Amino acid sequence: MSVQEVSISTAITVENVRKEFVLRHTRSLKEALVWLLRGRRGDLSKKFDALKNVSLHVGQGETVALLGLNGSGKSTLLKLISGVLQPDSGSVRTRGRVAGLIEVGAGFHHDLSGRDNVYLNGAILGMTESQIDTMFDSIVEFSEIGEFIDTEVKFYSSGMYVRLAFSIAVHTDPEVFLIDEILAVGDEPFQRKCIAKIKELGAAGKTLFVVSHDLDLVATVCERAVLLEHGQVIMDGEVHDVVTELRRRSAES
Amino acid sequence: MSAAEAGLTYPGRGAGLRDVYRNRFLLKLLVMKEIKVRYRGSALGLLWSYLKPGLQFAVFYVALGLFLNVQGSTPNYPIYLFAGIVLVNFFTEALGNSTRSIISNRDLIRKIYLPRELFPVASVWVSAVHFLPQVVILLIVCFFNGWSPSIWQLLAVVAAFAMVSVLAVGLGLFFGAVNVYFRDSENLVDLLVMMVTWASPVLYLWSQVEHVLGRFFWVYQLNPMTIAVQIFHWSFWTPTLNQTQAAAPAAALVPGLVPFWLPVGAVISLLVLVIGQITFSRLSTKFAQEL
Repeated sequence: MSVQEVSISTAITVENVRKEFVLRHTRSLKEALVWLLRGRRGDLSKKFDALKNVSLHVGQGETVALLGLNGSGKSTLLKLISGVLQPDSGSVRTRGRVAGLIEVGAGFHHDLSGRDNVYLNGAILGMTESQIDTMFDSIVEFSEIGEFIDTEVKFYSSGMYVRLAFSIAVHTDPEVFLIDEILAVGDEPFQRKCIAKIKELGAAGKTLFVVSHDLDLVATVCERAVLLEHGQVIMDGEVHDVVTELRRRSAES
Repeated sequence: MSAAEAGLTYPGRGAGLRDVYRNRFLLKLLVMKEIKVRYRGSALGLLWSYLKPGLQFAVFYVALGLFLNVQGSTPNYPIYLFAGIVLVNFFTEALGNSTRSIISNRDLIRKIYLPRELFPVASVWVSAVHFLPQVVILLIVCFFNGWSPSIWQLLAVVAAFAMVSVLAVGLGLFFGAVNVYFRDSENLVDLLVMMVTWASPVLYLWSQVEHVLGRFFWVYQLNPMTIAVQIFHWSFWTPTLNQTQAAAPAAALVPGLVPFWLPVGAVISLLVLVIGQITFSRLSTKFAQEL
């Protein structure tokens, strides 16, 4: 092991992870009982594997893109890393707080003011009260919401809504930064600002884990890429090589 | 484990209710959100929380105290009734809302990991906030009827309330988690909630139950809600009676209410909490995909 490798510690480690989803048909106790009484005849549910035997190691400070076509298991893997889902076998471990630009605005409540939502959402993303207090002005400034911060969020335009949600997320400052679809938000100037911010985080030595369909953009933000297909890792390497391979494969299909 | 892997944690594996304590700032915000949202766009705002129980007592007083004149058998019956009702209101609201809390926060639970115990616990806190104005009304009524409780009666009320809260959190965790898999849970809880008022001596006297159940009375008395309601009567209603009324059999306490039954109720409630937490922890790992 070289000296450099020793000094880099692991940020995310995924080992032999399998994740199975059950497509359950029934939602009531009665149906389940009837099924049991009939000697478990017939299928109460259908199963499929979203991830099969996936292993992945990300060192601290690495910028990794997760690529793949729809249904390849990218979102499932992201949810396993963020802790929303638990693997059926294998293990997922992370170092420090994991948060970021995933499901931006999920914790927003329409009837609360922008200010209340900054606190609520910040706390949901794992920030402490004092962290939000310190970051508050910076969050409002980045979002360009200005005086509307005390207006209820339901009166915001969709652009304002997304800008505020995004602004909170980029200020959470976790150890591992997960990003799902960077460019889904705002108008072009705001998008450019966001990308600049994300690149800044990467340059500052944050671990970035990015899921995106925008291959050109991903190539400028990340150094390494992992390609998923049907729930399996089929390639892991330098971002441009992986992007070329994905393009080749999608052209074939 | 190599040095590079030291300090890694498993994302999404919570420490149960301890995580709620660690996230108490978030808990506070969730509770405040519920309360703000409840009174949004209403001119009277929080005043509604006082008007509702106030009116409820006025109805009791007129209908039961004056029209039906139940006063004969149970003196100060409206206070007797109201003292029990406020506690039952708290418990049923807390249980109902915490059972629905996981389902109603499904959008958040499906997308972001946060300790899921927060939602049932927040529901119970919200109910406690709604309980406060009812107690204020109860206190006002009691003061007008010459209420002068001892320090023990006050402490017993606090203990009884804490016990009911623990019970509500425990049952809320259990039914809230089960509700994700079987929506029947909600209906079962609605049924329970309906029975709570009748399974405790809220409308009648406990002695009437003892008369019927005889030596099986202890089964009835094991219900922590029954114990808590009796303590509420002892602390709010008994001190408003005059000497002859207080000496009458209607005002008699269950033997050993505070020294024996209160600890028994507390142990049962804690047991329910432990069972609720274990069930919740088991089931919550798959909440995100089942919702």
